[in-house]
Amino acid sequence: MTIRTPLGRVRGHGSAKSGTMHFWHQRLSALVLLPLTLWFVWAIVGHVGAPHADVLIFLANPLNAIGIAMFVIAGLFHMLLGVKVVIEDYIHNEGTKVALLVLVHFAVLAIAVTCLVSVLRIIV
Amino acid sequence: MPEAPARRGAAARPLSPHLQIYRWPITMGTSILHRITGVGLSGGTLLLAWWLHAVSDGPEAYAVFESVAGHWFGQLVLFGFTLALVYHALNGVRHLFWDAGVGFDMKSANRSGLIVYGVTLLTTLVIWISAYQSMGTWQ
Repeated sequence: MTIRTPLGRVRGHGSAKSGTMHFWHQRLSALVLLPLTLWFVWAIVGHVGAPHADVLIFLANPLNAIGIAMFVIAGLFHMLLGVKVVIEDYIHNEGTKVALLVLVHFAVLAIAVTCLVSVLRIIV
Repeated sequence: MPEAPARRGAAARPLSPHLQIYRWPITMGTSILHRITGVGLSGGTLLLAWWLHAVSDGPEAYAVFESVAGHWFGQLVLFGFTLALVYHALNGVRHLFWDAGVGFDMKSANRSGLIVYGVTLLTTLVIWISAYQSMGTWQ
């Protein structure tokens, strides 16, 4: 056991140099997602009830395929940052916390790759 | 967050006023809803993946997706998804203004919170009415 204060123990080590990185990335991805979300909602609304062939034509258009891919990547990045904070805020057991964080990273990766592979299958 | 110290003995008095004692401030509601909708939307990404996979897989897989999405329960989930997406986006804009130092005083924050609630309902309804109209044009 140490009798040094918590402040005394960290003093002199300097900062981790990443203090605001999470906050900043959350905001950057939020800004990127605003126009992409508008476009996504417009695209979905326009294709509700559309025959499969028409949805395929829409998504096979390179611009739309790029739009969907951007939405998926930005969205899942934003989601990962957000869910991470929620887990860290509410799960106090270290083992459960790490397990959940690993699970969420795995899920985000799986969902992102599923979406992107689907987009590629539609284009080619 | 530090854990509350364990309460010992028979006289387990409350340590401090609890959430249910306070009247819910508007900003507390909007903040909690932002988290809940964020977590909900995270689950909703599964729907997005399913939709894209179904489109890429062919007419049969797409028909399965459509039948589930068209079922009343699917519609309910999709309506919730729309509501969550619109709310999270609009309230996110509110947060971005705050981050820029705009509208962070109590009065503005309360007002913008109520505005976000109203515009969320309105926008969600407009999206769904447009979606149903668009559905009619395809048939």
